[in-house]
Amino acid sequence: MEYFLGIDYPTLWFLIVGALLSAYGILEGFDLGSGSLHIFLRQDQSRRININAIAPIWDANQVFLIIGGGALFAGFPVMYAALMSSMYIPFMVFLFFLVLRAMAIKYRSAEDKAWWRTAWDWIYFVSNVSISFLLGVVVGNVLQGLAIDKDLEYKGGVFFGFFSFYSVLVGLTSVSLFMMQGAAFLLLKTQDKLYARLTMILRNAVVFFLVSFSFTSLYTLVFIEGVVENFREEPEYFIVPVFTFLAVANIPRLIRQKKYELVFVFSSLTTAFLMMLVALQLYPVLLPSTIDSKFNITIYNAASSMKSLEIMLLFAAVGTPLIGLYMWNLYKTFRGKVELDDFSY
Amino acid sequence: METEILARIQFAFTVAYHYIYPPLSIGIGLLLVIFHASYLKTGDKAYENLTKFWLKIFALTFGYGVATGIIMEFEFGTNWAVYSRFVGDVFGSALAAEGLFAFGLESTFLGILLFGWNRVSPKMHFISAVGVLLGSMFSAIWIVVANSWQQTPAGFHIVGEGLNARAEITDFWAMVFNPSSVDRIIHVWQGAFLAGAFMVLSVHAYYIYKGKFVEISRKAFKIALVIAVVFSLAQLLSGHSSADGVAKNQPAKLAAMEGHYPANSPADLYLLGWVDNEKEQVAGIAVPGGLSFLIHQDFNAPVQGLWNFPKQDRPSQVNAVFQFYHIMVAIGMAMIALTLFALLMWFRGKLFDSKWLMIVFIFSVLLPQIANQAGWFTAEMGRQPWVVYGLLRTSDALSESVKANQVLFSLILFFVLYTLLFALFLYSLNKKITTAEDLQPTA
Repeated sequence: MEYFLGIDYPTLWFLIVGALLSAYGILEGFDLGSGSLHIFLRQDQSRRININAIAPIWDANQVFLIIGGGALFAGFPVMYAALMSSMYIPFMVFLFFLVLRAMAIKYRSAEDKAWWRTAWDWIYFVSNVSISFLLGVVVGNVLQGLAIDKDLEYKGGVFFGFFSFYSVLVGLTSVSLFMMQGAAFLLLKTQDKLYARLTMILRNAVVFFLVSFSFTSLYTLVFIEGVVENFREEPEYFIVPVFTFLAVANIPRLIRQKKYELVFVFSSLTTAFLMMLVALQLYPVLLPSTIDSKFNITIYNAASSMKSLEIMLLFAAVGTPLIGLYMWNLYKTFRGKVELDDFSY
Repeated sequence: METEILARIQFAFTVAYHYIYPPLSIGIGLLLVIFHASYLKTGDKAYENLTKFWLKIFALTFGYGVATGIIMEFEFGTNWAVYSRFVGDVFGSALAAEGLFAFGLESTFLGILLFGWNRVSPKMHFISAVGVLLGSMFSAIWIVVANSWQQTPAGFHIVGEGLNARAEITDFWAMVFNPSSVDRIIHVWQGAFLAGAFMVLSVHAYYIYKGKFVEISRKAFKIALVIAVVFSLAQLLSGHSSADGVAKNQPAKLAAMEGHYPANSPADLYLLGWVDNEKEQVAGIAVPGGLSFLIHQDFNAPVQGLWNFPKQDRPSQVNAVFQFYHIMVAIGMAMIALTLFALLMWFRGKLFDSKWLMIVFIFSVLLPQIANQAGWFTAEMGRQPWVVYGLLRTSDALSESVKANQVLFSLILFFVLYTLLFALFLYSLNKKITTAEDLQPTA
């Protein structure tokens, strides 16, 4: 085993994949969230603003899906293969809506006819909600574990194997989390009447999140096996659930004080902390086996060779700052409230 | 139907569909950068208008490229789990490099390019155009590297046995510069430049034919024509070099490309033909010993034929490989003839005089598209029955837990989606060309 700063390579790569997926959760979280609120914005103009709020940046946000997926493939091919093939239907439907959503962004405002816009509005809304939901469903399945056998292959139900009460719960939680994130983001991008309407929408989204989050947490603690094990062994891990709780609790307070920029920050932190919770709960497992814990897919039996991990750590060291620089440049260019011009959708 | 067939159809379908768009966006991207640079250099309003007009078409193709490209990254894992485990260590780093060094660049500058015209300086806008073009070209590098590794694996060793075997990287640069990478990257880039150049030629030929935006269209046409001449000629060289590589590294594929069965005998070069895979012979018009000459500069030199390989190691669809290859070559020749002829007319000062030449150019947009597709099918079907040449069979690479009905379901899903999208693509392309607000002369 190779080490860097006392951390073994698979663990480092686990952290990198986790960081990339968290970045995806935060950035695409507001894209997907604003889209999931689309239908609740009543006027054509508001919907145009909603789409143009993310138009210049959503492609860049999606970089984290590509890299996160690529990093999982490259770092933990065994996990990649097991997860994608066992979650076949959710991923295929996810991809279907991902493409449809991209098209809705492009085409929604391309024609002036009412039926055209209404049709794309609904496609856009349904796509965003479905994508958010399916991401949660996959996370739910990972937390719950899958029927992985001794060859680290999936042996469970094939068509609807992904459906369980718990995975639906986690799916709803991710929809609500992204809605909260999306509403907070839109408050940074809008003004006047639309802004006022969004403050109401944000309140509802937060309530939706608090309810589904509490219920899911409770269910996880009571019914999901082994979730507290890691925390029992490493008591200092407890700081993360405490921080998660504090971040969540702070959001209603900030809304009362009308500090909406900070709502966005704390909503992003909530996403990051939740991802950390998932990571701590699992580590060093990537996918628990429901057949026997001997067959768990872990970062060690799923990892690529040390050589490969080392090459990619170098890549990450060079590539990540570059992408950070490009992103900073992009976000700086489009900071501030949305203004529609000739180039808008 | 069997899972394997369905999964192969699905992959071929989604890749072929995807492969319409990235070459177009690389090619149009190149023209866009040239138009933009000409505008910055000369301050000529015509070039600004061309930049704005082509930017919209570029945005359309680019969006389609990204949306359909994501599908494939996931398909590796969903449909081809054994393959993913086998190649992850090697292939993964190329894919990760694509994300970090190519996709990150293109996607972040894309936003500024598309929406930043009123927000950034013309120079920054130009830099964004260059960033997106470079990003998309880098993207092609890494994707072609990953694919080339499957064609001619290098820089790895095998760990484990049977279906648990996997390739582990031993030499990163040997993996990147595997024997077929460089030839294939150049071939793909040039194919992309041609796709873009012929798109520009087609649209502006249409305007010239219709007598709309004639002045500006002549400028654009000439620039695109130069690019088309240069790269259709260069493609001949790169094609030849690629074929040499195939002869050396994938002899069974080369034999299938020419339908050459007899073991180690001189091989003919077919202009046209039909392969009967049952009788193992070809009917058609051939230059005797032509292939031997191209590969060894000797009409009598022996070339390995399909009989050199056990039946289970030969491509099963020899006729398809043969036909796709010949279509690609024939179109390549047609592009050379057409562009050289147009160049001649230009030197004589008659380029825009004949209406029929403009009509030919209107339809010429299909040539590089068909050639690119045919080339891709030649490369991929010619590699069969291997998904990783000589190492992993396609039939062994499937996900074990995935059943035929799942693959059928997703195949139908994507078929419906892509049909709808293609209709939308043609519709909005047509609309952009017919309205062309940006090309309207400003008062």
